[in-house]
Amino acid sequence: MNLTLNHVQEDILTEKTVLTINELRALKKFSFKFLVVKVNGVLVLRDQYDTVTVKEGDFVEIIHLISGG
Amino acid sequence: MQFHEVQHILSKKVVGIAGCGGLGSNAAVALARVGIGKLILADFDSVESSNLNRQYFFLDQIGTPKVTALRSTIARISPSSAVEAHIALLDPEKIVSLYRSCDLLIEAFDKAEMKEMIIETALLRLPGLPLISGVGMAGWGRNERIRIKQTGKLFIVGDGVSEADEEHPPLAPRVGVVSNMMANTALDILLGTEKE
Repeated sequence: MNLTLNHVQEDILTEKTVLTINELRALKKFSFKFLVVKVNGVLVLRDQYDTVTVKEGDFVEIIHLISGG
Repeated sequence: MQFHEVQHILSKKVVGIAGCGGLGSNAAVALARVGIGKLILADFDSVESSNLNRQYFFLDQIGTPKVTALRSTIARISPSSAVEAHIALLDPEKIVSLYRSCDLLIEAFDKAEMKEMIIETALLRLPGLPLISGVGMAGWGRNERIRIKQTGKLFIVGDGVSEADEEHPPLAPRVGVVSNMMANTALDILLGTEKE
């Protein structure tokens, strides 16, 4: 599945045609707990990570938030 | 643009600062120095001696609420900058009511879950409000890793990876770099000079 992930073109190795946000996180081994997620510019809330999906050609941003300030 | 023109524009601007620790206190002072019209500060904490390695406070302010201490400091630098000081732990409702009339909001919380909460709240409930967030500034050195990322009206400043913990303390130089980059980004937005 070809995606633009965090402004980089990526070919995600999967046989599925759609992936939930949590499936994409697992495949990418993104382990940070707190995130800002946008799919095609639309904010995805934490309780939607198992329901909102991405597909071929989508523009996905997963920004990790870490403590310190 | 000459400094008096910069001051003239900024004197009409209101900036919200959520969290007045390392990022918030330093960004607030930088914005006050250039003549921001009004700052709306919120933090629930008081100054402790362990804050002095990076936060814009003084020994004789230990025990004082951070927002009160910062208001006094700003009054000594830029009395024309109005400061609203709220001793408060912010939640989505308070964020919306305190900051909805701001020209710009600076997210300067310590904890990642609070950063997530304010970014979600601002993007959903305060659309159109530019939000500058600080993410990743612990430790020292690695100047070249600090950068700014933009998505819509959200600007994220920091290296994105250096989490603060016991072994990676946040320290004045790097926190200062990130907080001043946040204030610098604020000027770009407020003066209308940011790149699309």
